[in-house]
Amino acid sequence: MQGREGLRPIVIPGEAVGGPELKPGPGTYSEGGQLFAAQLGIRTERDGRVSVIPLNGRYIPKRGDAVIGDVIDLGPSHWLVDINSPYPAPLHATESPWRVEFGDTARFLKVGDVIMCHVLSVDEIKRVQLTMQEREARRLSGGMAMEISPTKVPRVIGKEGSMVSLIKDLTRCQIYVGQNGRIWLDGADRDTGIAASAIRLIEERAQAFGLTEAVRELIERARRETRGHGPS
Amino acid sequence: MSEEIVSELMRAHVYRLAETGQRVDGRGFDDPRKVTIERSFVKTAEGSARVKLGNTDVLVGVKLSVGEPYPDTPNTGVLSTSVELIPMASPTFEAGPPRPDAIELARVVDRGIRESKMVNMEKLCITPKEKVWVMFIDIHVLDYDGNLFDACSYGATAAIASVVVPAKAAGLGEDFPLPIDHWPVSVTTAKIKDILLVDPGLDEERMADARLTVTTDENGDIRAMQKGLSGTFSYDELKRIIETAQRVAREIRPLLQGS
Amino acid sequence: MEDIEHIQKEMKLINEQGRRLDGRKPDELRPVRIEAGVLRRADGSAYMEWGGNKVLAAVYGPREAHPRHLQDPARALVQCRYNMAPFSVSDRKRPGPDRRSVEISKVISEAFSAVVFKEQFPRTSVDIFIEVLQADAGTRCAGLTAASVALADAGVPMRDLVASCASGKIDGVVCLDLNKEEDNFGDADCPMAIVPRTGEIVLLQMDGHLTYDEFQKAMSLSIGAAQRLYELQRDALRRRYSVTLEDILKEPPSAPMVAAPSPEPGLPPEDDFGPEGI
Repeated sequence: MQGREGLRPIVIPGEAVGGPELKPGPGTYSEGGQLFAAQLGIRTERDGRVSVIPLNGRYIPKRGDAVIGDVIDLGPSHWLVDINSPYPAPLHATESPWRVEFGDTARFLKVGDVIMCHVLSVDEIKRVQLTMQEREARRLSGGMAMEISPTKVPRVIGKEGSMVSLIKDLTRCQIYVGQNGRIWLDGADRDTGIAASAIRLIEERAQAFGLTEAVRELIERARRETRGHGPS
Repeated sequence: MSEEIVSELMRAHVYRLAETGQRVDGRGFDDPRKVTIERSFVKTAEGSARVKLGNTDVLVGVKLSVGEPYPDTPNTGVLSTSVELIPMASPTFEAGPPRPDAIELARVVDRGIRESKMVNMEKLCITPKEKVWVMFIDIHVLDYDGNLFDACSYGATAAIASVVVPAKAAGLGEDFPLPIDHWPVSVTTAKIKDILLVDPGLDEERMADARLTVTTDENGDIRAMQKGLSGTFSYDELKRIIETAQRVAREIRPLLQGS
Repeated sequence: MEDIEHIQKEMKLINEQGRRLDGRKPDELRPVRIEAGVLRRADGSAYMEWGGNKVLAAVYGPREAHPRHLQDPARALVQCRYNMAPFSVSDRKRPGPDRRSVEISKVISEAFSAVVFKEQFPRTSVDIFIEVLQADAGTRCAGLTAASVALADAGVPMRDLVASCASGKIDGVVCLDLNKEEDNFGDADCPMAIVPRTGEIVLLQMDGHLTYDEFQKAMSLSIGAAQRLYELQRDALRRRYSVTLEDILKEPPSAPMVAAPSPEPGLPPEDDFGPEGI
């Protein structure tokens, strides 16, 4: 394993991150021509734009995001879904994959169900609508669900999905990663447990180089240990 | 709101794991989480302890002052226990006067200490019928990750054990450590369908149908019990729970005693 | 401002060498220690020891504002609740808010309201909780300084951290950061909080007796201290998220849990990173 220190410079809110020659990206704000960090995070610069990638923060829904939500309430023509965001999100019966009669919503989704869906729209005052019309949308059953900080989702997915694919291959699990930090895993119970541990590793301590190797080693070590313990 | 609702999917998962003898965090059914105790954490209290049971984090302060005894117990000190479920400990805790669950917690912890005669309350009498030591046990829950009954109880026990009675400041002689006669230890078990789990974590607690807290002393005798939630126990289950509680309490007691 | 102590004879708060009861010089700050990310459930948290003060701060949010009728359709509410634990003071304090706690909660809420980017989160609330576990005067400054770290830890977007310190007057001498005895028997106390980068003042209170010159001296002491506190705040946040690969491999990661957002350290090196600035 590499012993290199992977300490990336962290900026805190209010720290200067750039001058007037740069454009302000997410996580920054501009004042008096200078750019400052608005959140605790890592400063990055690309194509003349400086952004701060936050180390923590709530999930703020964006149109098109794939999310995993819990149904927490329902009415005659809609369901209310918790998507781990400050804003509750309704899913209208017309946006579901089924033909739902008025008042018949409980037959298709009930409180406590977990669904994979997408953010249909977010208006100016942050009112959110969900949809299940996309291809991958469905009610989830079996497997297990977990939650990580939404800011770590890109890391779990990896460049072009490389990280999540690695975990899927090594653990033989199906994995859906929601942009809202909710993750669904399906496979043999021991395997989903191992996959979940790997995801926790990425979320908790991923500020060094060679994380991919660390994840691979963790999964292989865990599978070696469980192999001696009977059927998965 | 979904903090309190557990999805069907996760219920099924926990139950499936349980059927093969596993828990979500890898513990055995009878294994409590790691207990860490930091004594005398707060200098403004006469006794204090910060206890972590897994990630559940509780700070207990014990304060003593001179006061009047209760009329029906003129020769004994006064014990008063309260629990604050402060909002930072969980998104489900709201500021405001104690809700029923906080009150129940306080009374159950109090019962375990009082009925076990952990402290000889007669030794806290200063002048019969007039002046006694009044002991306030204030339990402050800082981080909630399941099983407040045991976390609060361990915190209170460890805090009481660290008390030095401030006799000098009250002009009543030298300060002295609180005399401890017995060591109550509570062990809480949650029941999910027909599985019994000791020291439920947050997820297990949210899914539990019934819960039983058993407080035993160093002889294994029962000093306090409290059943909670709307599920039921069979008599056999009761016996199994009590036997397990006696065993687990024996393992935990030395930690509270400070050895 | 806390409880009253009984004294038998008159106390000298500053001796002939200009030293205070605890040995400090008039412009010396008590020892301060800050740690970020100390609680699991809260979105952000910080623990602080400042002299004899022990303060815990935590943040939830932005989250849906309750009750509904208090929601602001245009921006987030910033609500702070400052509370003292019953065992935090020499004479036990009854649980629950008293008028002093309510006032302190209000002025701290207003201080943070000046820096949080509220317009980004309409109809929500950023809830800040300050719990004083052990008190030795200056608790609102400690609470505010710690809460600032908790807000950053939670990822709440804001213009800057806020740093807070108090100065006062004892035995006629303007001094920085009064402790309990000095606050009780001194002549003035003036807590303040600033935005470190711009010097904007977001909290200011005063009680006692100060000439205009003395006030300016007090402010200058407090502002200097606030800058030092800012360094400690920044250091605490950086420490929280600096982890080497060795640390990763030493400890087993915690087991999978549902609905346990754990804002722990971590960030990807650029080469492995997905779409930027999500």
